[in-house]
Amino acid sequence: MSTQVPESVEEESATETASAGKQKRDAKKRERAERVQEQREAEAAEKARSADDTFHLKVFRYDPEVPEKQEPRFDDFHVPYKQGMTVLDALMWARDHYDSSLTFRHSCRQAICGSDALFVNGSQRLGCKTQLSDLSEPVRIEPLPHADVVKDLVVDMEHFYDQMESVEPYFQTNSLPDGELDEQRQTRENREKVKMSTRCIWCSACMSSCNIAAGDNEYLGPAAINKAYRFAMDEREGEDMKQRRLEILEQEHGVWRCQTQFSCTEVCPKDIPLTEHIQELKREAIKNNLKFW
Amino acid sequence: MKFDQPYDTPKHTMYEHDVIVVGAGGAGLRAAIAAHEEGADVAIVSKLHPVRSHTGAAEGGINAALREGDSWEDHAYDTMKGSDYLADAPAAETLCKDSPKETIKLEHWGMAFSRDDDGRVSQRPFGGLSFPRTTYAGAETGHQLLHTMYEQLVKRGIKVYDEWHVTRLAVSDEEKPEDRNCHGIVAYDVQTGQVEGFRARNGVILATGGLGQVYDHTTNAVANTGDGVAMAYRAGAPMEDMEFIQFHPTTLPSTGVLITEGVRGEGGILYNENGERFMFEYGYANNLGELASRDVVSRAELTEVNEGRGIEDEYVHLDMRHLGEERIIDRLENIIHLSEDFEGVNPLDAPMPVKPGQHYAMGGIETDENGETCISGLYAAGECACASVHGGNRLGGNALPELIVFGKRAGHHAAGKDMEEAKITTGKEGEYELGEVDSPVELGEAGIGEDAVADGGTAADAGATVSGADLVQRAVEDERETIDTLLEREDGIQQAEIRERVQKSMTRNVNVFREESALKDALRDIREARELYQDVFVADKSRTFNTDLLQTLETRNILDIAEAITLGALARNEFRGAHWRKEYQERRDEEWLKHTLLSWNDGRPELWYKPVILEGEDKTYEPKVRSY
Repeated sequence: MSTQVPESVEEESATETASAGKQKRDAKKRERAERVQEQREAEAAEKARSADDTFHLKVFRYDPEVPEKQEPRFDDFHVPYKQGMTVLDALMWARDHYDSSLTFRHSCRQAICGSDALFVNGSQRLGCKTQLSDLSEPVRIEPLPHADVVKDLVVDMEHFYDQMESVEPYFQTNSLPDGELDEQRQTRENREKVKMSTRCIWCSACMSSCNIAAGDNEYLGPAAINKAYRFAMDEREGEDMKQRRLEILEQEHGVWRCQTQFSCTEVCPKDIPLTEHIQELKREAIKNNLKFW
Repeated sequence: MKFDQPYDTPKHTMYEHDVIVVGAGGAGLRAAIAAHEEGADVAIVSKLHPVRSHTGAAEGGINAALREGDSWEDHAYDTMKGSDYLADAPAAETLCKDSPKETIKLEHWGMAFSRDDDGRVSQRPFGGLSFPRTTYAGAETGHQLLHTMYEQLVKRGIKVYDEWHVTRLAVSDEEKPEDRNCHGIVAYDVQTGQVEGFRARNGVILATGGLGQVYDHTTNAVANTGDGVAMAYRAGAPMEDMEFIQFHPTTLPSTGVLITEGVRGEGGILYNENGERFMFEYGYANNLGELASRDVVSRAELTEVNEGRGIEDEYVHLDMRHLGEERIIDRLENIIHLSEDFEGVNPLDAPMPVKPGQHYAMGGIETDENGETCISGLYAAGECACASVHGGNRLGGNALPELIVFGKRAGHHAAGKDMEEAKITTGKEGEYELGEVDSPVELGEAGIGEDAVADGGTAADAGATVSGADLVQRAVEDERETIDTLLEREDGIQQAEIRERVQKSMTRNVNVFREESALKDALRDIREARELYQDVFVADKSRTFNTDLLQTLETRNILDIAEAITLGALARNEFRGAHWRKEYQERRDEEWLKHTLLSWNDGRPELWYKPVILEGEDKTYEPKVRSY
């Protein structure tokens, strides 16, 4: 062994049997753990009481397995406010100090992983990108509408992923350069044209906000159409591939379903002009003289 | 003990694939694509859906010698110098040689790189580079890379088990780790709470990314809890160079959100409270100034703050207004959004407040340049691995090429492709020496030999005759028992308290500046946290999407990793790369041109060293004074 064991390690008394000693130690340890936990809870309560400013959250709760939560309900949390605090910060605080079963997806905290799209005071927003100070109280936090709730704020994303993956969401071209070090050329203008469409973080806020998607389960939805736009407008794919993409897009549940209500564009946390992209694809489809019904 | 096959029951399934990749960021996706290219039946198991991975947050770019006037040799030289001569030359040279074709492969897959007027991919200057070779897509290179690679995964129809949290490896239990075999993994289905086994016929590739959640001010995601590193460690694969943690000099003070080095690459300037351009005026880096390597700039910033020239005693200013709105929007637009949304500052109108924050772990699971660990059938790639490419300090723009270069190699290797024999040895196969460190507390597992919950790693007492599937099944049963125990407990302490204690202690004691007494304080805090963890309980008893349980399992990993970082930092009596020691202000090449390794030895960390390899293909990288 290479690491020195310190001298202060407790020696067991010889009169004690090993198991009695262990039980006693265990009991002592557990007591200490419980003390620390109680202290933490008391501190959290004190912090909430003494904070100059607290925010009142009303959070949707549901768990199919827990009897008290099988009937959806709203729980109230009063979270001490710090400048710059976001909806996600507040949810994390509530979870870590009041109720560890409060469940929501989150990861990057910086609006790039797209995990925490929520329905906040009646609109789709990313929790991490929404300042509490911009919201009126109580802040009502619900899971995204038009999706099945798994638990609390977590919704089933499968349908969204299926739609995203149904538009051949990958680069295709018939004319790659031969050399493994030879780049395809792309003009700055063309890169600029597709730039906004590549910003999508798959949060599904747009899909949740779309009335058409709510009524037509097969509608591709704004995010998937935007994904197809990203490739259809990329000059590196070539004209024949563009034809193919337009055919996919003008299927019965494709671009023509959009009624230009702009709700997707309004909620997109990455400011992607989704409705414009859909409109442009409609124009392209007509221009290319493709049939539509 | 022998199990009756098959393991599928009405309630449970054992999954089986040739290659299993754990984690779905850049390295995991590239590994899976490579294994698929070699004809393997490959699946990814990841606690996040692939597009949620933290590769997406990488901003700056991909270093690749693509242009006339540049060469892989220059890139390798910069990398070795940046590493403060603790990278292994065969790994660094592999990175630099393979990066150009792997970068162009991404272009062929449609990645939306920024473009020059002639339509070629754009490159820019970055810290510590002798040529502007950082290939970028605005300030969102990682997002573009991650989505491009996921598109290729969809194209190939590669199976992803997403929101499955891998909790342990099924590794045989031979005395020496070098004799062990990895047969699969155990994973917890977050949606349903089921614990199931995954048998890997050929190999398991760990690509679990960073471990920044060991600290409380980090650019890393909440999911970056070092799961793969801790899991491999407990199964017998050593952790290498864990004390080398990169603190990025420009993170937003209130959240730790990263502001890319690209801001300085494009000409952004750092100022102290007096409006002085301190990188030059106080002589921290007389040649490169703001573009010195990250460790140098981080120390300079904290020195400014410690000497009373910081703003609000906490941070400095990063100003890019002079670049002009057009250039900023063209090349750094994402930075405007991040600064506005997460710090409330519009960088077109005012300088951004920035301070150093934990960003990257140079160390990780010991591998060779083909991604293989000392355990047969176990591979690692990306941030969780240590080949070692980055040594004592990683250069900006070298993380993304690492993902694609070593992800691919690990994928090929695990799928059975013939690889050139590795020059780097793993485990105690080459030259090594045992080390010693004076710890104020006992190290390793608390309550050893008792009913320790949440143990990971090796399936015990499996005996020589059991099959791989038996081993996986045994690991599954151990894990089910662990999880049942955690869920059955009605009281005790919750993980949030334990995690917070460790994170705060690490930020206070094992940060940019390190001294012996503080490192020892951290070891005491970690010990106490380990003891508290013996009584951890999960209040949420539901099997559905139980993030309380998930975080409790992650916190166990944070404990092992925090201890390893601190132990390595205490043992290394010198100043090298990102590792600064108050008592030892010099790099000590005569004694310390060696890697720190920690092996999990019956629940205790064993410290040992192996020499760094400075001999490259055609030349030896002689350690020089590292000035910028």
